[in-house]
Amino acid sequence: MPEKVLMKGNEALAEAAIMAGCRYFFGYPITPQTEVAMHMSKRMPKVGGVYLQAESEVAAINMVLGASAAGARAMTSSSSPGISLKSEGLSYIAGSDVPAVIANVQRAGPGLGGIQPSQADYFQATRAAGHGDFKMLVLAPSTVQEIIDLVADAFALGDEYRMPVMILSDGLLGQMMEPVVIDETKKINIPERPWAISGHENKRKHNVVNSLYIEPPDLEAILKARYEKYELIKKKEQRCEEYMTDDAEIVVVAYGASARISRSAVDAARKDGIKAGLIRLITLWPYPDDAIISRMATAKAFLCVEMSMGQMVDDVRLIVGGKRDVRFFGRTGGMIPTPAEVLREIKNIKGGF
Amino acid sequence: MKFERPHALTDAQFHYCPGCSHGIVHRLVAEAIDELGVEGRTAGVASVGCSVFAYNYFNCDMIQSPHGRAQAVATGIKRVHPENIVFTYQGDGDLAAIGTAETVHAATRGENITVIFINNAIYGMTGGQMAPTTLPGQITQTTPYGRSVKDAGHPIRVCEMLSTLDGVALAQRVSVDSVKNVKQAKNAIRKAFEYQIEGRGYTIVEVLSTCPTNWGLSIQDSLEWLRNNMMPYYPLGVYKDTGGKEAVK
Repeated sequence: MPEKVLMKGNEALAEAAIMAGCRYFFGYPITPQTEVAMHMSKRMPKVGGVYLQAESEVAAINMVLGASAAGARAMTSSSSPGISLKSEGLSYIAGSDVPAVIANVQRAGPGLGGIQPSQADYFQATRAAGHGDFKMLVLAPSTVQEIIDLVADAFALGDEYRMPVMILSDGLLGQMMEPVVIDETKKINIPERPWAISGHENKRKHNVVNSLYIEPPDLEAILKARYEKYELIKKKEQRCEEYMTDDAEIVVVAYGASARISRSAVDAARKDGIKAGLIRLITLWPYPDDAIISRMATAKAFLCVEMSMGQMVDDVRLIVGGKRDVRFFGRTGGMIPTPAEVLREIKNIKGGF
Repeated sequence: MKFERPHALTDAQFHYCPGCSHGIVHRLVAEAIDELGVEGRTAGVASVGCSVFAYNYFNCDMIQSPHGRAQAVATGIKRVHPENIVFTYQGDGDLAAIGTAETVHAATRGENITVIFINNAIYGMTGGQMAPTTLPGQITQTTPYGRSVKDAGHPIRVCEMLSTLDGVALAQRVSVDSVKNVKQAKNAIRKAFEYQIEGRGYTIVEVLSTCPTNWGLSIQDSLEWLRNNMMPYYPLGVYKDTGGKEAVK
């Protein structure tokens, strides 16, 4: 049994990528994700990999496009303002059916915003990561251990579906230290990429990695096929963790750092005799629709807790379709909600029954 | 002697306008790939602009990059396959406007790639707007009164600029307006690929090119215009060549 070690979220993220077989990291400094790049620059030369500090986030994501299209597991990481710069590359990566892993250690926006934790990039990650019709898989860890586990999944899912996968972390998870288990005996399976730009060696027709389809019927057909894949992903890959939801009248919905806080609030509510529960989202896209729908059986109200002005709550409203009360509580700008604040919201809702 | 299509070119018909230099330069690149016998381990990066469809024309593995990012994409490929030959094929808008940062930094890193740079002093694909290399006084769709240096600034001389960077192994400006110059261009392109094979670092061949369609000139007149206007501003020649020195890698 591997022993427990104490690790910072950002370092764990980097180390997990190396364990997943990622040997190409293209970075650019930005708070609060810089430890990812720092760790990569230290470790990559030791494992025969490449750490390259790009001239910009724009260049970094395009280096990922090149390295991944060349057949290797590659990643980049940044924080919110830097992710905005990567949106062009994300669109091309998705449009070219190239796998890639991108970590966003979120900070407050808009603009330069602040350097404290935030979850205000939910819309960007799940709705509009770049121009055009496309989706990214979005995974939201809430502990340092889960960062490690989900980074491994991100590379596997990216390869399986040939698409970009985002780890949506935040400054709180990135900067905190927790004991983790790193299982180095775990076997990783990196599938072949027969479509890669690796040189045809006069053995096959030349490969082309491309997102341009100048004939509208061709592009429409490509997009429709890609959206069929997205439908399959929606069926197969929804993930969440439910906590005390079996009889819950008030279902708190949260992810990442705010889910940790919400869990404490649910515990406190239960102590006060309130039937509260928590759906902690692990995939943000695909959204765990099924869990919300099944909880409508007992739920009188859903309470979405976010470190934003309210973004993820829109998805719950869409799923619930006006049939249940959907409330929102959030702190933003780098402020972090407290369990007491969330408990107060739960009690407010309970008072209205 | 039979004049045949180089193997490194597919049999797809070029979509380029009559008198455009792309066809000649594509052929020269393909000939160099054939002569060096590296088609099976070459990756080309097509950029945004008229030459975006280069992925249809070259027989080696090809990738299409976002506007201006070809050298970042090429960097990613090269780092994964350092033994392979990686080239970008970029126009002046792509390389010297939106992709200036990617160009300068790939060059200063000494990224072991070859850049084929088409300088025709105009944005072709979008219909003839001012490029970073548009000459002072030159009329384009977005400089209808001629490029005013006061308002629009000066053109960029790319080879001169990049030759100041330590990572550059070869920076040469050529033209394909005459048989003599085509031969010289071919030699430069082949040399750039050879330097890459030897691991010398960043190589760039700038090709002064014609765009009769967007210049609003006949094919013959556009060749004259290139000689009379572009060559004085962008002198042909070798701006950097580390050929005599030890390979850097």
